[in-house]
Amino acid sequence: MSSLVLTLIKGAIALNVALVVAAALVYLERRISAWIQYRIGPNRVGPFGLLQPLADVLKLYTKEDIVPYNASKPFHRIAPIISIAVALSVLCVIAPASYLLLDDGTKLFIAVAPNVNVGLLFYLALSSIGVYGIVLAGWSSNNKYSLLGGLRSSAQMISYELAMGLAAVAAVMVSGSLDMNQIIASQSGGRWNIWFQPLGFLIFLVASFAETNRAPFDLPEAEPELVGGYHTEYSGMKFGLFYLAEYANMFTASAVMTTLYLGGYDMPFLPTLLGLQEGTLPRVLFELAVFVGKVSVLLFLFIWVRWTLPRFRYDQLMNLGWRVLLPLGLANIVITGAIVFFVR
Amino acid sequence: MNVTTNTRAQRMTFWEKLYLPEIAKGLALTFKTMFKPKLTRQYPEERWEPLGSYRGRPVLVLEEDGERCVACGLCSRVCPALAIEVQAGETEREKERYPVKFEINMLRCIYCGLCEEVCPEEAIVMSKDYDIVFHSQEEAIFGKDKLLVPIARLQERLEFLRQYK
Ligand code: SF4
Ligand code: SF4
Repeated sequence: MSSLVLTLIKGAIALNVALVVAAALVYLERRISAWIQYRIGPNRVGPFGLLQPLADVLKLYTKEDIVPYNASKPFHRIAPIISIAVALSVLCVIAPASYLLLDDGTKLFIAVAPNVNVGLLFYLALSSIGVYGIVLAGWSSNNKYSLLGGLRSSAQMISYELAMGLAAVAAVMVSGSLDMNQIIASQSGGRWNIWFQPLGFLIFLVASFAETNRAPFDLPEAEPELVGGYHTEYSGMKFGLFYLAEYANMFTASAVMTTLYLGGYDMPFLPTLLGLQEGTLPRVLFELAVFVGKVSVLLFLFIWVRWTLPRFRYDQLMNLGWRVLLPLGLANIVITGAIVFFVR
Repeated sequence: MNVTTNTRAQRMTFWEKLYLPEIAKGLALTFKTMFKPKLTRQYPEERWEPLGSYRGRPVLVLEEDGERCVACGLCSRVCPALAIEVQAGETEREKERYPVKFEINMLRCIYCGLCEEVCPEEAIVMSKDYDIVFHSQEEAIFGKDKLLVPIARLQERLEFLRQYK
């Protein structure tokens, strides 16, 4: 029973962290985009404009919630909920730190659902459910632009899911487990998967961009051609939820990449150098800091790329997915398999 | 016409076709840009001071002994947006006529400067004011109280007109 309560508490913390991170990302996105364009960015609300996301959310809440006349109301309502729920529920398998050794000798794992033996599969499965939110949003709005956005999104996600899965398979072959904690443990001491799987990392990274609908693959919401894509007909906090889901997705994608390729919370030499024992509170905090640091680098990359690259054309996107990433992913598996087979 | 055999894609080198090196170049460029000085002007605190050639809102020139305008109505006549209304009256002063009522509807004005160009007395000129705000349509009609500006503050524009008009 107490473990249930504990899990609930951890879940609540994880949710709040994710939402705060999403808010912070909105702010950072605007700031970084401004810097890249010789501008300053939001700096009026609160110190350094830090309260800008709060003001944004307040604005979204007070806006009128418009449902188009011919929309399919239940689906129109459910779609943003699916999007955000999926984006947030992935969090539970992510391990931002190892464990805390309690007085009675039990291990308190920091992850919400630690040692799930299909952790990675869970992520892949849920992230593809996210497409339902977008497709339903596009379809239920009864608007051609929304529908096109939703369709594009489903095609894009299915195409890149494959490449992503193949890249992940190779990483799993190296790590020997689907469990997030195990994957991190197998990379301890600086034996990060990125050194053995540079190609896999690249494929996974590109696929993550496509999965999260971020530029240069933000075709589902390509403004010049589709107005706003699948969320054209959304307003108020429903639109806010889509917005939030995008950033939450970015966060989870970065966290998964960190886990899979960058050694998760692992930092070679430093913990032993500082004399941090495994299972103690300082060690846990240190690990959290390392994890957050790595995730931040990836998140910065997400934003940085968005404000650098122009959007792909649809055929280019499909070409890249099916004719480049997929064969590369397969080749990567074969090579990795051979090496793992002969070396181990 | 052999256009299709020499497209941009075919002229790309191998490295360019790989995308990634070019993407890295682009990323490096934007990263450098992040630390360059910003061009933003923090508007209400930092204001931009226009040059004499700037066409801000039209104002009436006010000299020591009253306004220059003789209420000839030419500006009102020429205004393409029909923004100006003038009502003439008689005065004891040497120029005999003055505007009893002079109104410019700032919602109509398009800042074309024709009124200034046509005025025989150089009595209406374009000022440097560019932040013109109002909360209602009534407020947008500027009467003489808002239009009259001391000549000392319009020297730069008058100088500009003398040189280039
Ligand atoms: S401002 Fe000039 S043109 Fe207009 S009525 Fe007065 S004198 Fe005439
Ligand atoms: S600037 Fe042009 S539009 Fe404005 S009052 Fe003068 S003539 Fe009319």
